[in-house]
Amino acid sequence: MKQEILFSMQSPFRDTFQIKGYRFGQGEKCLAIVGAMRGDEIQQLYICSQIVKQLCLLEKRGQLKLEKEILVIPSANPFSMNIGKRFWAMDNTDINRMFPGYDQGETTQRIAAGIFKAVQGYEYGIQMASSYMNGEYIPHVRITQTGYEDVKTGGYFGLPYICLRKPLPFDTTLLNYNWQIWETKAYSIYAGENQEIDNALCRRIISSIFRFMKRTGIIKNELPSTPDYNSIIFNEEELITIKSPIAGIFYNFKKSGDEIRKGELLAQILHPCDGSTNAEIVAPEDGVIFFNHNKSLALQNTPLFRICASAQYF
Amino acid sequence: MIKTIATTALPVEERLLIKKNVISNGGSQRFCIVTGTHGDELEGQYVCFQLNKILQENIGKLNGTVEIYPALNPLGIDSITRGIPNFDLDMNRMFPGSLDGTMAENIVHSILNDLKGADIVIDIHSSNIFLREIPQVRININTAQRLVPYAKFLNLDFIWIHDAATVLEATLAHSLNSLDTPTLVVEMGVGMRINHKYGNRLVTGILNLMHHLGMWSEQPDPSLISKPITSEGDSVCFLNAEASGIFLTENKNNEVVEPGEEIGCIVSSLTGEVLQHVIAPVKGLMFTLRAYPVVYQGSLLARIHKL
Repeated sequence: MKQEILFSMQSPFRDTFQIKGYRFGQGEKCLAIVGAMRGDEIQQLYICSQIVKQLCLLEKRGQLKLEKEILVIPSANPFSMNIGKRFWAMDNTDINRMFPGYDQGETTQRIAAGIFKAVQGYEYGIQMASSYMNGEYIPHVRITQTGYEDVKTGGYFGLPYICLRKPLPFDTTLLNYNWQIWETKAYSIYAGENQEIDNALCRRIISSIFRFMKRTGIIKNELPSTPDYNSIIFNEEELITIKSPIAGIFYNFKKSGDEIRKGELLAQILHPCDGSTNAEIVAPEDGVIFFNHNKSLALQNTPLFRICASAQYF
Repeated sequence: MIKTIATTALPVEERLLIKKNVISNGGSQRFCIVTGTHGDELEGQYVCFQLNKILQENIGKLNGTVEIYPALNPLGIDSITRGIPNFDLDMNRMFPGSLDGTMAENIVHSILNDLKGADIVIDIHSSNIFLREIPQVRININTAQRLVPYAKFLNLDFIWIHDAATVLEATLAHSLNSLDTPTLVVEMGVGMRINHKYGNRLVTGILNLMHHLGMWSEQPDPSLISKPITSEGDSVCFLNAEASGIFLTENKNNEVVEPGEEIGCIVSSLTGEVLQHVIAPVKGLMFTLRAYPVVYQGSLLARIHKL
């Protein structure tokens, strides 16, 4: 393993801002993995750190036979994480909305350009991502449909779902989108939520990334087995969104991954002051909860659940 | 007449309310003034106040309907938050919104539907807390032919016709223009402050435009209406910081700078060093100048329209 500083920048008063890369093997650029680009992506950071640890262990034991090169960037935004901000602390801009970046532009455009320069030209790209919707996701691979996507290879992770997303105009500045435009097969991995480390979930994701690396011939090793699925592939718009009919306290009985039956009570919206039940949220179809809102308050029309209905697949 | 155009319940004993004031006297044309999309931009508040006052005190001069929307993002304005509190996304990157989406997407969808079909919409912005802008209109090149003639009536100093950028497709102005509702974006001043002089100029400009549309009987004195410089193509030069530190300047924007002229410098308050002399690379009109002194490498310091 070679540790490198991929991007650095002086700060007016803080320590030097640095993005470090952990490079394994050499030769053909094969796989780049990008972790936390936002300051609250702690689970994403942890997963990358564990991948680095496992690869180092295999290397130390002489078991890592790499003819190609892997680059892991666990933390692309330490400055925001260290002060508890999601976005760039100075101007609240999002590095993941600045790709492909511009090295003569604004600060976060320069950071994005630095990251993109480092991760460009790889055959595969994996981003540990997060959404603007607060909540927990079932583990899945998300692929932006640019016309260059390789969905079949996305199945190598063996995660339960592959969600295909048609890009909106503001998606064109994401890393995933730009990776594909520059001919990298790009996959975003979503699992659980950002700020808490769920050990069992992280083990599944780490193992699925090693499974991907083995099946694409990057490495020969596989981690101890976790469930290996024939991924269900669907378009994001097929998900059924259940929104809160009214604002109030969100009292939830279910979470992502739970199987549900039509008519089953999923949650209640309670009056914030007298505690009465103002609305009952019931399952509209049989299926699996793909996403659940995980804050205790809900606004009117907040998406509380997104359901993958089973009727379409079974 | 005050109307609520979008509403949604907040969790605890409060509703989010987006309101407009509809001022009407004969005529069928509809002129809309919107502002407050970004909660830290306040220049539009003064313009809305003055227009309300003038129109109501001189209602006989009005021929048509003027609708004033002072706060598209009331939660943001009330809490000094640029975006919508509790949401990560910039409200002006969410249009056209959707009925199926989050509360914020619903709200922007309602706003768009309410504005759709107006004869003209003026969307007033005031930069952000970092940059000070001279009074200007910004127009996407794809809509320039239709909008520039309107922009020239607005009594501002500068019209910037910029390239089409995919990311800007999610703005209110782009969405409305796509729906055949002509919408002009005004940028002036700096975030969190109100410049009365700029506000008064835009109020006169709006009345001037209304007059040319047949909606206001009194013509503002033509000799007082500014003739804006129009910038298009590759004629804007961006100056970004090459050092991180404190940006100091004695300059003001709306000045013509000469090549080689020092606009300011970036200094270290720890060591006393000058880290960068910021030099104008071209002759031109400085229409943007940094107002917030702390800079990182890459922070925008100034924009110059080449002359």
